[in-house]
Amino acid sequence: MNINATLLGQTIMFAMFVWFCMKFVWPPIMAALEARKKQIADGLAAAERGKLDMELAAKRAADILREAKDKAAEIISHGDKRASEIIEEAKAKAEVEASNILERANSEIEQEVFRAKEQLRTQVSAIALAGAGKILSREIDAKAHNDLLEKLVAEI
Amino acid sequence: MTSEALTSTEYIRHHLQNLTCGMQEGHIHCAHDAAEAKAMGFWAINVDTLGMSLLLGLCFLFLFRSVAKKAATGVPAGAQNFVEWAIEFIDNSVRGSFTGRSALVAPLALTIFFWIFLMNLMDLIPVDYVPQLAGAMGLGHFKVVPSTDPNATIGMAIGVFFLVIFYSIKIKGLGGFIGELTLQPFGKFGLPANIFLEVVNLIAKPVSLALRLFGNMYAGEMIFILIALLPFYLQWTLSLPWAIFHILIVTLQAFIFMTLTIVYLDMAHQEHH
Repeated sequence: MNINATLLGQTIMFAMFVWFCMKFVWPPIMAALEARKKQIADGLAAAERGKLDMELAAKRAADILREAKDKAAEIISHGDKRASEIIEEAKAKAEVEASNILERANSEIEQEVFRAKEQLRTQVSAIALAGAGKILSREIDAKAHNDLLEKLVAEI
Repeated sequence: MTSEALTSTEYIRHHLQNLTCGMQEGHIHCAHDAAEAKAMGFWAINVDTLGMSLLLGLCFLFLFRSVAKKAATGVPAGAQNFVEWAIEFIDNSVRGSFTGRSALVAPLALTIFFWIFLMNLMDLIPVDYVPQLAGAMGLGHFKVVPSTDPNATIGMAIGVFFLVIFYSIKIKGLGGFIGELTLQPFGKFGLPANIFLEVVNLIAKPVSLALRLFGNMYAGEMIFILIALLPFYLQWTLSLPWAIFHILIVTLQAFIFMTLTIVYLDMAHQEHH
């Protein structure tokens, strides 16, 4: 337990160990720790950002979905309206067509009636002429009295 | 006991004797007993103390350097976990006690803590193992715990003392440092009293560092040696509790040395008014 040169040796060794530790041990480990701390902080920030982005995207998706639904409803109602319009149009057209057909038929019938009357009249006048001819026999020359007869027919 | 021929006094004395070697008459000679070691004077070396210190210091530096070399920012594993935990622990201690900024203090604290911790830990090796082994290798004495040698603790305390003086002068200037020694606490008219008080204050720092560590470890070692005097079938009843308690002392003394060093260096960095 004497004090001797061991003391100096120990001091020198101590200084060398501290120097080595200060030069080659502490800085790299501290740097790694700092770098990891930064990495973790960055990672957390990125995760936070990602979460925010996801929320935004979900909101946007919901918006788009709602818009699409609105549009679809609009299109459907538009279609319904158009369909009823078409039906109305068709109905109106059909009515017009029907009245046209009816009119045409009526006019045809009228013409037919007129023609029949005409025919009847000519036939009646012919019969009357024939009857009168028979009655008058030779007295009446068909050629001589033709204009008279025609006047008669027109009167009938 | 190592041998039936030894008395208790001789046994204890043998265990407390360093392996002191020095130059005598032109060749290297190792002392056989305390008187011979004393006769060698100052220029002798306790080979066991320096050897164990060097070995343990290299163990510490090797472990930490191997981690530092491949320190990655990825997921730490194995030794890296431990080393990072240790570094953070030291860093927190330094941040808690040291208010200035210095690239030296934290590595210094790390070295002090682990080096002294490892030196103290040697105390837990059963007291007879290493001396027996050394005896088998032809070495008369071998004290395995460097911190039970006052040379080692005083050596480290002197290192800290130099740093305290260096930083005092660096931060406050030579004039500031001398002023601190001479002009307080009583002002310039109490100069002799000031010098006396402040020098005692300054010297007390390394002395208390060195003697606290040495005293604790020496006493612990002494008790292990005394326990080893018991019959071998009774030794465990005392040595086991003492060893368990000693784990606390081993760590605590390393921690105290480190913390006081940080505090002293912090004081050296602060201006007194």
